[in-house]
Amino acid sequence: MIRVIPCLDVDRGRVVKGVNFVDLRDAGDPVELAAAYDAQGADELVFLDITASHEGRGTIVELARRTAEQVFIPFTIGGGIRSDDDMYAVLAAGADKAAVNSAALRDPGLITRCATRFGSQCVVVAIDAKRRAEGDGWDVYLNGGRVPAGRDAVAWAEEAVARGAGELLVTSMDRDGTKDGFDTALLGELSGRVPVPVIASGGAGTLDHFAAAVVDGHADAVLAASVFHDGVYSIRQVKEAMAAAGVAVRPIDDEGI
Amino acid sequence: MTGGPRVAVLDVETSNLRSAVKALERMGADVTVVTRPHEAAGAGAVVLPGVGHFGEAAERLTSRGLGAVACAAAAQDVPLLGICLGMQLLLDASDEAPGARGLGLIPGTVRRLDTPRKVPQIGWNPVEWSPGTALGSVGDPARRTYYFVHSFAARPTDPAHVIGRADYGGPFVAAIARGPVAGVQFHPEKSSRAGLALIGRWLQSVRDGAVRRLEMPT
Repeated sequence: MIRVIPCLDVDRGRVVKGVNFVDLRDAGDPVELAAAYDAQGADELVFLDITASHEGRGTIVELARRTAEQVFIPFTIGGGIRSDDDMYAVLAAGADKAAVNSAALRDPGLITRCATRFGSQCVVVAIDAKRRAEGDGWDVYLNGGRVPAGRDAVAWAEEAVARGAGELLVTSMDRDGTKDGFDTALLGELSGRVPVPVIASGGAGTLDHFAAAVVDGHADAVLAASVFHDGVYSIRQVKEAMAAAGVAVRPIDDEGI
Repeated sequence: MTGGPRVAVLDVETSNLRSAVKALERMGADVTVVTRPHEAAGAGAVVLPGVGHFGEAAERLTSRGLGAVACAAAAQDVPLLGICLGMQLLLDASDEAPGARGLGLIPGTVRRLDTPRKVPQIGWNPVEWSPGTALGSVGDPARRTYYFVHSFAARPTDPAHVIGRADYGGPFVAAIARGPVAGVQFHPEKSSRAGLALIGRWLQSVRDGAVRRLEMPT
């Protein structure tokens, strides 16, 4: 079944982008939002920590701890993980997986150390890719997409998996924020090359886009932020559209427990 | 209902321990996390969670004496639930760690998933429950779709010990049971309402059963 994953950007323990849900006491509380997405039928969650200050980083561990107490679907923490000890802190607090990005590009051995210590199933490698201005293919960027890493996206994906990545979170920088749809060419190229699940990210704008990421891009999961947070589409609408397009998704249990 | 059953959760340093405890508590259990065997004395049920490597976990179970707790539960008819790797440890052995010994509470071995699809399986999958099992849920697939993360699956020797099946490019065993011992390959603690409901049914079966308290030498 294809997973539908809302992504929450978190700064010093608070959700950054506005979320238009009714019935939330505190729309800035990532845990309350996460529980709401669980209730709506999200299959998994990603928290992306964008806290810039070093002092603020402990908040993400506290977030993992509180989320594990109240949310009963898998969740991944990404952003600011620079060492296997950083990863241990969020996993021990209750996160199911942790994502590494820039730090893994600077030190690819980090992937191996994390996979050996915690198992590949915990280790997500996030790849920010942008189509080359000239010629074919995609380049990898680090530091939130500001700095070219000097790596080819496909080659980096293959290396990351060889080093122990259990999953790839692939964001198209060309599409991110455009609402023009996922980059199915990028996704298809990567999915065909690696034996681990690929999460599609960047570009979700219409309901059709989600199924296209799977049918054309062969993604194993679809991730989106603003279309969910802004209330453009509910998890249910996305799942119904995917099911109508022939993509298997987890049915939503309406009745509670 | 006068308080939930006291449930001993065996700590083999697995990363899903905390989530399992929180889910059990959410469904009304009075949880004690057990690192030494005598701490399990008096428990009305035992949970063995698990994520990771069969060989390392089997070694930890033995060295800490917690395998003995699981075996005592089975012998004394105290309900025991294994989750994910904790389920695999209920069997005799695993291809993941040739030579390592499981608890042998359900005869059989653990084999690598036989599938053309990506391994590990990471994601949600519906389970077909055998009729009449207390753990299972029949009917609406939304109520019996759970979250799996695994590369290996149980192969009980006796098909009668299989109570739940699923398919991932080929059939595999999703749940097993023998007497007071049960195991699920998926993570009920990460399976949203369907998973919490399963934990609730298991706790209910503990309450409904003859009240037994685990006896452990001190």
